[in-house]
Amino acid sequence: MSYSSYIALIPLIPLAGFTILGLFGRKYFKQSSGVIGTLLLLVSTGLALYTAYQYFFVNGKVDGVYQPITAVKYTWLSFSGNMSIDMGIILDPISVMMLVVVTFVSLMVHIFSLGYMKGEERFATYYAFLALFTFSMLGLVVSTNLFQVYMFWELVGVSSYLLIGFYYDKPSAVAAAKKAFVVTRFADLGFLIGILILAYYGNSLDIKTLVENINSTELTTITTASFFGISALTWGLTLVFIGGAGKSAMFPLHIWLPDAMEGPTPVSALIHAATMVVAGVYLVARLFPLFTLTQAALNIVTFVGLISALLAAIIACTQTDIKRILAYSTMSQIGYMMFALGVSGYTGEAELGYTASMFHLFTHAFFKSLLFLGAGAVIHLIHSNEMKDMGGLRKYMPITHLTFLIACLAIAGIPPFAGFFSKEEILLAAYHSNKLVYGIALFTSGLTAFYMFRLYFSIFWRTSSSSLGETHLHEGTVSMKMPLIILGACTLFAGFIPFGKYVSADGIPLESHFDPVFSIAPVALGIGGILLALWLYKKESERSSRIATALGGLYKTAYRKFYIDEIYMFITKKIIFNLIGRPAAWIDRNIVDGAMNGIAWTTGKVSVMIKGIQSGKVQGYALYFFGGIIVLAMIFLYLWK
Amino acid sequence: MNLSLLIILPFITLLGILLARGLKQVRTIALAGSALQLLLCLALFYLYRTERSGGKNAAFLFEDGYVWYRPLGINYHVGVDGISVAMILMTAFVVIAGVLVSWKMEKMYKEFFFLLIFLSLGAYGFFISLDLFTLFFFLELAVIPKFLLIGIWGSGKKEYSAMKLALMLMGGSALVFVGLAGLYFNTTVNGAHSFDLFDVANQQIPIGAQRVFFPFAFVGFGIFTALFPFHTWVPDGHSSAPTAASMFLAGISMKLGGYGCLRVATFLMPEAAKEYSTIIIVLACIAILYGAFATMMQTDLKYINAYSSVSHCGFILLGIGILTRTAINGAVIQMVSHGLMTALFFAAIGMIYDRTHSRQVAQLGGLMKMMPFISTVFVIAGLCSLGLPGLSGFVAEMTVFMGSWEKTDIFYRIATIIACASIVVTAVYILRVIGSAIMGPVRNNEYLRLKDAGWNEKLAAGLLIVGILAIGILPFYLTELINPGTDVIMNAINRVVGN
Amino acid sequence: MSDIPVSQILFVSIALFFIGMYGLFTRRNLITMLMSIELILNSVNINFVVFNKYLYPEKLDGIFFTIFIIAIAAAEAAIAIAIIINLYRSHRSIDVEDASEMRY
Repeated sequence: MSYSSYIALIPLIPLAGFTILGLFGRKYFKQSSGVIGTLLLLVSTGLALYTAYQYFFVNGKVDGVYQPITAVKYTWLSFSGNMSIDMGIILDPISVMMLVVVTFVSLMVHIFSLGYMKGEERFATYYAFLALFTFSMLGLVVSTNLFQVYMFWELVGVSSYLLIGFYYDKPSAVAAAKKAFVVTRFADLGFLIGILILAYYGNSLDIKTLVENINSTELTTITTASFFGISALTWGLTLVFIGGAGKSAMFPLHIWLPDAMEGPTPVSALIHAATMVVAGVYLVARLFPLFTLTQAALNIVTFVGLISALLAAIIACTQTDIKRILAYSTMSQIGYMMFALGVSGYTGEAELGYTASMFHLFTHAFFKSLLFLGAGAVIHLIHSNEMKDMGGLRKYMPITHLTFLIACLAIAGIPPFAGFFSKEEILLAAYHSNKLVYGIALFTSGLTAFYMFRLYFSIFWRTSSSSLGETHLHEGTVSMKMPLIILGACTLFAGFIPFGKYVSADGIPLESHFDPVFSIAPVALGIGGILLALWLYKKESERSSRIATALGGLYKTAYRKFYIDEIYMFITKKIIFNLIGRPAAWIDRNIVDGAMNGIAWTTGKVSVMIKGIQSGKVQGYALYFFGGIIVLAMIFLYLWK
Repeated sequence: MNLSLLIILPFITLLGILLARGLKQVRTIALAGSALQLLLCLALFYLYRTERSGGKNAAFLFEDGYVWYRPLGINYHVGVDGISVAMILMTAFVVIAGVLVSWKMEKMYKEFFFLLIFLSLGAYGFFISLDLFTLFFFLELAVIPKFLLIGIWGSGKKEYSAMKLALMLMGGSALVFVGLAGLYFNTTVNGAHSFDLFDVANQQIPIGAQRVFFPFAFVGFGIFTALFPFHTWVPDGHSSAPTAASMFLAGISMKLGGYGCLRVATFLMPEAAKEYSTIIIVLACIAILYGAFATMMQTDLKYINAYSSVSHCGFILLGIGILTRTAINGAVIQMVSHGLMTALFFAAIGMIYDRTHSRQVAQLGGLMKMMPFISTVFVIAGLCSLGLPGLSGFVAEMTVFMGSWEKTDIFYRIATIIACASIVVTAVYILRVIGSAIMGPVRNNEYLRLKDAGWNEKLAAGLLIVGILAIGILPFYLTELINPGTDVIMNAINRVVGN
Repeated sequence: MSDIPVSQILFVSIALFFIGMYGLFTRRNLITMLMSIELILNSVNINFVVFNKYLYPEKLDGIFFTIFIIAIAAAEAAIAIAIIINLYRSHRSIDVEDASEMRY
């Protein structure tokens, strides 16, 4: 496989970037670090595009089926028997697609940050962290081994932690970073145990071998072995899914994502919109052959995805921080991808859901990073995240306005923008599988259009209550505009890629069947949502607040994000800290250590009691001595016979 | 290679320190000695690998020995296998880092460096000993300096801590000695008892004797490595000790116990190890989870790291208790990893304390602003502690998990899950500390004029980080190194008992 | 010579021994105590000599022991007096009750 070993460079170049910038950037490169990081990533992106071309058009297809290719693989740490952690690169449709998405979006973010982060004190560190993240994410998507996935999974987690907490002197940023890491770590515990279960039954850590083993020889063992009446396979996959749900901010582990918006906005675009948060979807897709073996696990995926999609959309309608709205919309869209996987089958027509999910992942990466970068440009200008501080910005930032509009139309599912095609496929897959899922998804799609355009109109149309000084308002530098334009173009055209031909669960190209009649309902709902938003938010008016008052408790609950944060706070602060942590510390200091000190204390007391014997009186000693002699003499004379 | 060099070199360094005058000479000699020692250990590592790849498959290489006291069968007998080489290398890294961070020691510097090197001499001797009596001798050598280091150069309630530590460790040694004596009197070679490791290993100790003496040896060594409930010297001892002593204590001394548990208790009394493994696993799991929860509530940086050491050393004991090859490998990796990691952690804490004169998390804050280097070191140590891939902690913990998962019994499964759960709690407390001490706003404006690390501190931290990264990125070198050693122990565990 | 029965000589030696004992326990003056110890030693000497003479007249072990004890007693007295003098210098007293720093 030597022809493809250059692929290892794709993740390794960002790693080199991280090392160089991390060690020397602060001291020697300073403001040129950004350029260095961007150039390095440009090479990576070029290689990734070349790889994609090679894979999809030259040598990936054997007999009309895309074959997974293991490009690089070496044993990193071997345990006993077949168990070993390998570092490797696997090329299959989804990993190649992810390579392109990750490098491309990362490149855009690198370029955008040149302007956005300009003059930042820790500029070099920022680029080092970005490079670390890119490396980890690339390593994650090309993993051949479950443990390799886990390792890079943790690494993306930590890079996300570092980047969310980039403004480390802001307590809210630090808290958000901590929250993100701890919540995902908790989910990773499930992932880890899931890996252990799957690896034990599949007798391998290598994903390919594992899938083969479970599919053929071990299937009966793993499905009959049960724990609390649920089969080991379902347990394993559900636990793995918990890991994925944590990273992908699925209900009820989503609480970290809105807070993660404390990080610099380009970071949110890269990590918390386009790449890291879809890792959970990617993980499920990667293990999809296993998920299809158990309907129970798929159902969990479906309903968790669905609930997240709906819940997030409802919350997004009530928020006022533009980044948080985008965060909830991300969560909602990822919910779409998840339940698309959940309703999918493994072969033939049924795998539409899988393809749709990956397609949505692909298009979502473009329009969501575009939205975030657009929001970043706005924030850069206004220095505020709050919707109320904005309004009427279309005059000052035409490019941002236009690209933002494109992205909003895409996410609302209006043809011919990218989101339309992918969402359409998801809805179709849901329609064929489960009418309830379809209904909720349809409703959510209308809601999506509404809240996105609420955002759009509030930023760019409604004249702001606060007066904006007009002179200093100008759109950012070229480096900030260019990514917006490129991503806007992608959003316009990405939908026309016949995605099913390249990406499908079993590698056999899937013919896409576009049905205009089916599209009527979702598009109509989308337009309805847009019109509602137009009516409510285009001009400053009392209408929206009247509706909010009319909804009363429901609005308040949604505004407070269904009190999920409060529940978590209660569990961690009150239960874990007070009922486990504090007693543990107390027991240790008072009981365990008390016992140790008690032994010492007893020894001390006994010695106090008997110390009187050491009176210092010579004659006393002599008397004891004499008495002792007599006693000994008695013993020898009378007892020792 | 003559292994005795590993003891002779520190001895020469000790003499040099005695003859030196002034802080400059003393510390230069100490540094030169420990640097040479590090080179020697690297050479040992290299030679060991060459010998092994050259096809030598004896259990121990570079054996050497002479009779010390014939009537009692006490010999000076040294030799190394992969496990000891790994431990020795780790020790060398920690020692040089410890010398470097004490670079500006003003108070009684001569005695201070003397005791540091003396402690390291004990540790080196312990790791190369193949004679139980010699082993015990070196173990004791390593205990005494700790008492003085804490009692004289410590802070806080140092007398109490020094006393507590010394008494508990002495108690541990006493138990160890009972165990060793038990082995001695149950080993008869040519009509005489023997302390020699090989003699004891070749002679299957009767199971009745094992049942009696295994707990003595295991608990005795276990006290050194913070076996629950005998871990309470750890928080007090570490928090009162001066920086270098904390590093040595947690990095080296606690590993003496783990190594002893493995080499003496488990290797020489495998049948009893199997019988007692349930208890060991339960205690280890308690230590892991309970240590982690107790850490969550601490407010003093050193207490935090001390309790987290209890939790991490639980992994060592868990690995030993599980008794599978992978798990024992994991235990050894964890010993090395934790040695480096905790030394780095204490070094960072020491550097912070030197500048701010505070170790209370609530008083620190925003240190990243003034001391980016030290803060980064602290963060790296923290990330290693919470098991970030690419750093050594991950390799160690995952190996232990995989090893314990190999046992299919539900008991082992639950133990593994409990151990896994600790990684979440670890993340909570580590991030809590990093969040409020390293990041966040600067709480005390006095701190704004503080300086970042000097060259010596950078070098010390750099060396330890290199070690951590090396294990984290290239773990296969380490597993390759320790595998033959583990195999010998596994053979003993898997042997079929005649009677 | 040989008419004196052993019991009478032993009586003398026991008397000496207990007189010494009495002195040792009741006197607080170190010199007096030293003298009492000498009495005890001498009672032991008498015993050695007597038993040697009456039980094993052909051997000299008892005699040698006696000589040995006398020599040691001399040395001991010299050291003891040196200690007492030092004690007097530091404490201005040779009362044994005053020299009780070495307790607990």
